[in-house]
Amino acid sequence: MSLFITVEIADAVQSDEALKKQLVEVCPVDIFALDGPRLTAVENNLDECTLCRLCLDAAGDKVAVIKLYDGNARLE
Amino acid sequence: MRLYEFEAKQVLAKQGVPLPKRTFAKTPEEAEAAAAAIAGPVVLKSQVLSGGRMKAGGVLFADDPQTAKTHAATILALEINGQQPAGVLVEERRNIAQEYFAAVTWDGRAKRPVIIFSDMGGIDIEEVAETHPDHISRTTFSPSRPFSDYTAKVAVASVGVTGNELAPLTRIVAALARTFLQYDLTLAEINPLVKLDDGSIMALDSHMDMEDEARGAQRTLLTELAIPDSDTRQARPPTQFEIDGALVDSADTRGVAGRVVEFDGDMGLVIGAGGGSLTLFDAVRGAGGKPANYCEIGGNPSVNKAANLTKLVLSKPGVQKIAVMMNVVSNTRADMMARGVIKGCLDAGRVPADTIAIFRIPGSWEEEAVKILQQYGVEYVDRTVSMHEAAGRAVAKMGN
Ligand code: SF4
Repeated sequence: MSLFITVEIADAVQSDEALKKQLVEVCPVDIFALDGPRLTAVENNLDECTLCRLCLDAAGDKVAVIKLYDGNARLE
Repeated sequence: MRLYEFEAKQVLAKQGVPLPKRTFAKTPEEAEAAAAAIAGPVVLKSQVLSGGRMKAGGVLFADDPQTAKTHAATILALEINGQQPAGVLVEERRNIAQEYFAAVTWDGRAKRPVIIFSDMGGIDIEEVAETHPDHISRTTFSPSRPFSDYTAKVAVASVGVTGNELAPLTRIVAALARTFLQYDLTLAEINPLVKLDDGSIMALDSHMDMEDEARGAQRTLLTELAIPDSDTRQARPPTQFEIDGALVDSADTRGVAGRVVEFDGDMGLVIGAGGGSLTLFDAVRGAGGKPANYCEIGGNPSVNKAANLTKLVLSKPGVQKIAVMMNVVSNTRADMMARGVIKGCLDAGRVPADTIAIFRIPGSWEEEAVKILQQYGVEYVDRTVSMHEAAGRAVAKMGN
């Protein structure tokens, strides 16, 4: 279980092959990975999230980065 | 990294510094042959990296090759401060009329190299500084301009040296300063530098430390001295704690968790930032604290690396609390460090609020760090609290 950060991936992402590939590529700390056809958040890497927003730039509100230490605030 | 005396003398010889006839011997038989070649009284000196050779019995005198062989066997079997000698230096024995001290090192306050010279050599220079301050000179110089012999002359003449000694001493001190600059040394020392009974000047013992980071740049010299990369020249073998510290660092390329050194104290330190580690370590000791370790964490380590270092420090028996402190940082994120040390505490089964005596990492992403620390009830101080004050507060909590 991550302590500080969690990431939510909307179902709409799973049907967008290009976006899934882009998310895997943009995250500097490998938080996104393909598990077969499915895009998942890598549990062990979640706390390494740098809050860089690159995933949000790519996916908009289809991805949510949540700061567990800040009242579950969403990274905007 | 420290050079053995015989290596330091090889470096001095390259600069034309007068030295006694000498041979480095690895066996009693080699020592016997060396003494025979010198054909006169010799001194045999244990080649260890630590001081205190004389007191430990690592320096013996011989008038003939057979005695030299016997003494060499004694010295080669003698461990000094936990170190086995690398060999024995067999050197001609000379009659001394006067002893001097000459060293070049860094003056941290002046931020320049400094020549320290005294006409009272052969004894502890700190003692001379205390009891005979008029017999010691300190002369700083620029490391970025060509070294001028005039600076060496000022250093020598400042303690009252005149006449026939001034010119040869100046030449040797100038050579020492150039050696210091050319080979990236942190210390180049000749003690004693002597006037012999025939009036000539000679370096009888020498001590040199080279910047660890200069090993690459000084590869040519190290090859000449036959020092392989595997020869780390540590004063003692690393402890398991220190080996584990190196593993924490090498397991993850992000950031640095380096130079983990074990001490006997009860206060774990997770400290760093461009020289800040040394200041903070001293500050903890100055406040009466007993550090359990030294380390240098920085360069934006991953959360995992900070957590693993924290866990390692907390695994040391007797460590009740840790102090997490840095100078003001721009290249390390305070929030990632906060995540790391808290994760490390929790992984070690500790309560962060009870375990982290203080967290002082002012700088980038500090606001985010504060939110994390508040969530876990850890005391945070910002840059308005000096490193010394923060160290004092951490030490004060150790009794609680
Ligand atoms: S904010 Fe950056 S580091 Fe965090 S999940 Fe998104 S891309 Fe990865």
